Amino acid sequence: MLEVKALARLPMLQPTSFSVPAGECGVIMGRSGAGKSVLARAITDLDPNEGDVLWRGQSRNAMPAPEWRRLVAYVPAESGWWAERVSDHFAFPGDAEALLEEVGLPAEAMHWLVARTSSGERQRLALARALAMQPQALVLDEPTSALDSESREKVEALLRRLLKEGKALLLITHDVAQARRLGQRFWRMEAGVLTPLLEPG
Amino acid sequence: MGYISLSYWAVAASALLFVITAALALLFEMGLARSLGWVAARMVAQLLLVGLVLKFIFTATNGWVTLAAASVMAGMAMREVVRRQQRPLAGAWRWLPGPASLLLVGVLALLYALLVVIRPEPWHAPRQLLPIFGMILGNSMTGITLGLNAITEAITRERPAIEARLLLGCTRWQAVRPFAGRALRMALTPIMNAMAAAGIISLPGMMTGQILAGAPPVEAVKYQLMIMFLIAGVVGLASLAAMAGSIWRLTDERHRLRPDRFAAAES
Repeated sequence: MLEVKALARLPMLQPTSFSVPAGECGVIMGRSGAGKSVLARAITDLDPNEGDVLWRGQSRNAMPAPEWRRLVAYVPAESGWWAERVSDHFAFPGDAEALLEEVGLPAEAMHWLVARTSSGERQRLALARALAMQPQALVLDEPTSALDSESREKVEALLRRLLKEGKALLLITHDVAQARRLGQRFWRMEAGVLTPLLEPG
Repeated sequence: MGYISLSYWAVAASALLFVITAALALLFEMGLARSLGWVAARMVAQLLLVGLVLKFIFTATNGWVTLAAASVMAGMAMREVVRRQQRPLAGAWRWLPGPASLLLVGVLALLYALLVVIRPEPWHAPRQLLPIFGMILGNSMTGITLGLNAITEAITRERPAIEARLLLGCTRWQAVRPFAGRALRMALTPIMNAMAAAGIISLPGMMTGQILAGAPPVEAVKYQLMIMFLIAGVVGLASLAAMAGSIWRLTDERHRLRPDRFAAAES
């Protein structure tokens, strides 16, 4: 279970508590600027924040941040790249080729130049890059916003496989239909306050 | 000796090309003329003054007078490093990584040069100490400024890339490493260019001066080699120290970026 306990980053994020059991997908909806990304960044400790987050009872605050981020991976809406080739962004490029196929990219995408990729390709590469660390829980910010329906279905199938493996998923999305397809629990974020919803939309 | 004393007219004539540059800058409204003029006027005043001061110090041969002169030089260089930071740190930290590294590494390198390499008698003889210290300070100042500006620019503009590395489980040092490498290369570029060009494309300034003033070429070369090695070492160490301090301050123990610690974030 991923447990968020009184997590806050004032004034953008009011104290927030909720949990997502292993094998389930929690969905956060809400307008741009409502504080969804602030929450995701706070969960992975990217900004100074109050409160704590636990994975299977292990406290984030009690472990080094890099270790926590490998356990609970966050894939932001905009991915960052620091080298020219895609393969330079993977610790073990050979092992990650299966993941590329699962997100609908050819294995040779590993040798592409980042500057020549489309935003949809980068979105899937960033997801594969995060999954290559084999995290236990995932926080995904708009993971399919730049994808066509075929690629989106591939990514959703991959996410379902992860859920079946007992991983917890926290999905930030504007896509109500996607929220219905994947989610078990729903929240709305508004002006830094998270409120539970009975169903999406 | 083939030493030709320069008249002040000759010095003024040498400025002609520079004046043309400034005039062109003014003509094309490149917004550069004012700073060019200011820099030139300052250089003339500084050098004339320094000539007089050096004359006094060399005749005084008093260790305390030399120390005072060296302190003034170090203070000016430190101030220049602070002023040339494009993205200074907030509060007193503005003075810490860059200027502190300049002072610390500069003084250590000076002592090493005097006590181990040159060994003048006495060790603090102003004729050796002051020019060497000046070259150390001037070059480190450039290196530190380039290195700091490159690393702080990377931390600002490449934030998504650095945070992507943090999110993949990198420590703060690992996360900035690719950018730190590029910044160090930037800091060392002027001295590496000077080393590559030395003797083939250009005669280094100090050697030119010595030869023009009548020293035997091989003696001038030996001094130049010593100076180049000292400078390259000191520029590398000082820029590394300044960059490390700046990275340390712009990240925290939870391995996250802290751009809120830039001075701009204060206002």
